[in-house]
Order: sequence, then structure tokens, then C-alpha cells
Amino acid sequence: MALTKDEVRHVAKLARLNLTDEEIERFTGQLTGIFESLDKLAEVDTEGVEETSQVTGLKNVAREDVVKPSLDREDLLEISEREKSRGMIKVRKSI
Amino acid sequence: MHQTIATLSQQLRNGTTSSVELTKYYLGVIKDKNAELNAFVSVNEESALAMAAKADDMIAAGKGGALTGIPLGVKDNFSEKGMETTAGSNMLKGYKPPYECTVLMKLREAGAVFLGHTNTDEFMMGSSTETSVFGSSKNPLDTERTPGGSSGGSSAAVAAGMCAWALGSDTGGSIRQPAACCGVTGLKVTYGRVSRYGVIAMASSLDTVGCLAQSPEDAALILEVIAGHDEMDATTPDVEVPKYSEQLNQDMKGIKIGVPKEYVEGLSDEVKKAFDSQLELAESKGAKIVDISLPMTEYGLAVYYIISPSEVSANLSRYDGLRFGPKSDAEDLVSSYFEARTAGFGDEAKRRIIIGTYALSAGYFDAYYKKALKVRTLIKQDFEKAFEQVDVILTPTVPTVAFKTGSKGSPMDMYLEDIMTIPASVAGIPAVSIPYGEYDNMPLSLQVIGPMFEEGRVLGVAHNMKN
Repeated sequence: MALTKDEVRHVAKLARLNLTDEEIERFTGQLTGIFESLDKLAEVDTEGVEETSQVTGLKNVAREDVVKPSLDREDLLEISEREKSRGMIKVRKSI
Repeated sequence: MHQTIATLSQQLRNGTTSSVELTKYYLGVIKDKNAELNAFVSVNEESALAMAAKADDMIAAGKGGALTGIPLGVKDNFSEKGMETTAGSNMLKGYKPPYECTVLMKLREAGAVFLGHTNTDEFMMGSSTETSVFGSSKNPLDTERTPGGSSGGSSAAVAAGMCAWALGSDTGGSIRQPAACCGVTGLKVTYGRVSRYGVIAMASSLDTVGCLAQSPEDAALILEVIAGHDEMDATTPDVEVPKYSEQLNQDMKGIKIGVPKEYVEGLSDEVKKAFDSQLELAESKGAKIVDISLPMTEYGLAVYYIISPSEVSANLSRYDGLRFGPKSDAEDLVSSYFEARTAGFGDEAKRRIIIGTYALSAGYFDAYYKKALKVRTLIKQDFEKAFEQVDVILTPTVPTVAFKTGSKGSPMDMYLEDIMTIPASVAGIPAVSIPYGEYDNMPLSLQVIGPMFEEGRVLGVAHNMKN
């Protein structure tokens, strides 16, 4: 399957990446080649085959609902060099 | 002084050497060789020597085990409290984890000595360490060649004698392929056998934690310490951890070794001949060679290159540049994400994020991701059927030997490097790579694959093939 430059541009936007025109051009060519080889899967008959998303079969693993110590806020803030305010990392206005 | 863990731990016990002495020795080798090999991306002498002094106290008090006092290299995606841990990415430069991963906590408790962090491809995506922000590592056996990847810093470090062993992670071959390139032992465990809590993720349904070591026996000693259920990692089943090191001397007589035709039919004549000599060796030890077929093998690569980038795109979406990573001065929040991510991720990371985002996007999800999960079931069943007939499966780990750095022209060429390691990853089963013989002056490799949670069996066969 051939990808278009517009598709790559759109997907990059969804993934929050700015790509240069050169990258768009290059990735479009490379991804077309990659997806052509991935399209090989279409030839496998998977009628009635279950999906395996987790190989050991564990499901809905939960631990007992007891309070445990968590990481210290000050320690966590210390690893960031960003500007802080009132015990939080300051970010730009989002709304 | 560079010896196996089995030998070193005896020497530490009988007083021939001390952990401080051993640690100073390895730090010296790192100092001598790292400028050329670039295997370590950071070294912490002070904390290593402090850990060694503690280990010597433990040994003097008759405490500890096989790993006590033994220096190791830590792949740069294992969160070590207070030590920069970057996964080879600009996105995490300067990041010092506020907590420690389970594996390092266990090793710390066991009295192991952390020398420093070893190089990896960016976010573990690559087979050569060429995508690391720190630049590529060199193969100590031939510095024009790659040490493999992504755990290439670890394989180079062990092969060059810069540490007794090293931690690695394997998603599609990232322990076994570098082990094969550098002529060391590399163990990839059953999915969930070793906790991944605090290990920076690549593809969550495939990632495993293992080791690069000097022998299958050493790998067994390491696994005894790091394996097991962890309540901080919900993917670790509560399966007993056996004494792997006591399962090594099992008799090869009567062991049935399957050789899948799909893995050997494309080999070059020279490699095929060398591989056949190993089959003869196994037969001479009493094993029975059985020709088998794993018909879904040819779809392994496609399954992997859909599942893995899809999960990568989800895992790497957490890096928003708000706490660390490249700083953005953009006016609004969304633009700051774009700027930080664009500056933080390298070429290969961006490529895989795009592949994954595309495969998961509306209209393609069923055709790619869902389809891949179904074919994954068939690959897993292939192995299950094979293990009804045979005890282990034997293949080469890589089609030839370590390639020259910079010689892979396209991403697809690089992806093909993992063609023989990927199926076991997709099925979540254990496999070990061991070196043998040579071709083009470089070590060749064997891969022993076993059923789920049969690490002891694959290590035992590997051990017997070497001894």
C-alpha cells in the first residue's frame, strides 16, 4: 500500500511531531516500503482465530486495596528543572 | 581478573580477591577501553566503590550469594535512583529517577556492584546502538563492526571485560542479537518472568528483562536473583523461581532438539555447514535431532513490526516535555508538546511513532493491529505444537555475524537483522544465545528456544553444548 505525504503529515500531527518537508518526503517513501512488507499478513487466514494481546494469559490483576507509601512530592519536584509554583510544575495555560 | 561469576564468587569467598579490588580492576578496564568502544555512557566510581565495600562486609559476615560483590553494567533503560537514566534518548537527558526499578533493588539487596550505565539504541529501537543519542558503541572483537543492539553497550562491555556481566532488555532480539554479535551469552526470559517495574518501556506486550553474561551458568545464577513475581508489575505471574543453576547438568541423552527448516533453509553454505557441525556435536552427546517446521515463521517480522511500533507510539506519547527533556518556549501548551517531542526524539523513534500511530489509526486498526494479534496466536501455536514433539528448538541467533557499523542502507535492512529472534519474542517464550566457532573472524551464534517458563531447560542445553 502506498502512503501519501498528506497521510504522513496528518499522522505526525496526531503524534505531536513537527516533521520537515525533507522528513515527510523520506518517511513517506520508507513507510510505503515497510507497509508493503507488512501487508503480507493479509494472506494469512485468521478466520475464527482469537487475538493474543498478552501471552501468559494473566487478566485483571489487582492487589489488595491497602494504602502504601508513595513517592515524596518534594523528591519528585526536585528531579525537574522547570519552574515550580505551590508544589507543582508550572505549565502554560491550557484553556 | 575478568572471570565468570561462578569463578569470581568463589575467589571472593576464599579471599583470593575482594569486591573493592575487583571493582577497581573493572573501573580501570573501563577507563582504558571506553573511549574507543563507547560501551558505557556513564560510570559512577564513587557509588560503585561504596557498594563494593558493603559487599565485602557482607561476604566477611558470611552473607550474600553468587552475585555479591560482582560488578555489572546496567543498560541505560533501568531506572537507578538518583543516576541519570536516558534510554539513549535526548528526551531523557538529565533525568534522574526518583525511584529504583525492582531488578536493581533486588541486585542491590544481593550486594551486586553497579559500575555504570551501558549504551542502548534510542528507546531500545535498533540492532546496532547507532540510534543512541550518545553515538554508537563498537564491537570489541572488530571495532569497525557493530556490537549489535539495542543492548549493544552491555554486550560490548561483557565481551571487552569491562564488567563481569550486564543487564539487558529484549523486545524482539535486543539481548540475543548483541550477544551473538559479540560472542557472549544472552538470555531472554519468558514474558513476565522478570519484573519490568522501573524499566523504561518500549513495547509493553513484548518487553522482557534479561542478561548478557560469560556463560549459561552465569545467566542461571543471575536469573535466580532477578526472576519472580513482583506486585509492582502486574504482568509477572506467580510462578516459582527454581534453582536454575542446579538444572544445568541435565543429561543430553534422549533430549529431543528440533531444527525448524524455515530457519536454516536461507543460510549461506558456510554458516549452514558450521551450524550442522553443532547438530553433530549435540548428537554425539546423545541428543536426538528432529526436523520440524514452524510454518508461521515468515510472518513473524510483519507481526512484530505492527505490534511493536503500535505499542511504542502509545508508550512514547507520555513524553510531553513538561517535567524534563528539551525545553520549549512556545506560547501555548500544545505547541510546547510539538516542540519538545520534535527536539527530543531522534529519527528512528519518530519513524516508529509514525508507523505505530498510522497502524492504530481509524480505518487501519483492524487490518493491522488486530490482524497482527491474531497471527501472533498462530505463531504461538506453532511453537506449542513443536514442543509436543521436541524439548527445545535450536537455530542460529542471527543469519551471519556482526555487520559493519553504518552498512545497513534502509530501515527495513536493519529490521531484518532480528528475523530469527523475533518469533520467540512474539510468542513470549525463553531463548538463550551462545557463541560457537567463527566465520569471517567473528563468532557465530546458536539460539536455544524453549517452552514458557523453561529457562532452566534452555540454559541446561546451552551449557551442555558448550561443555
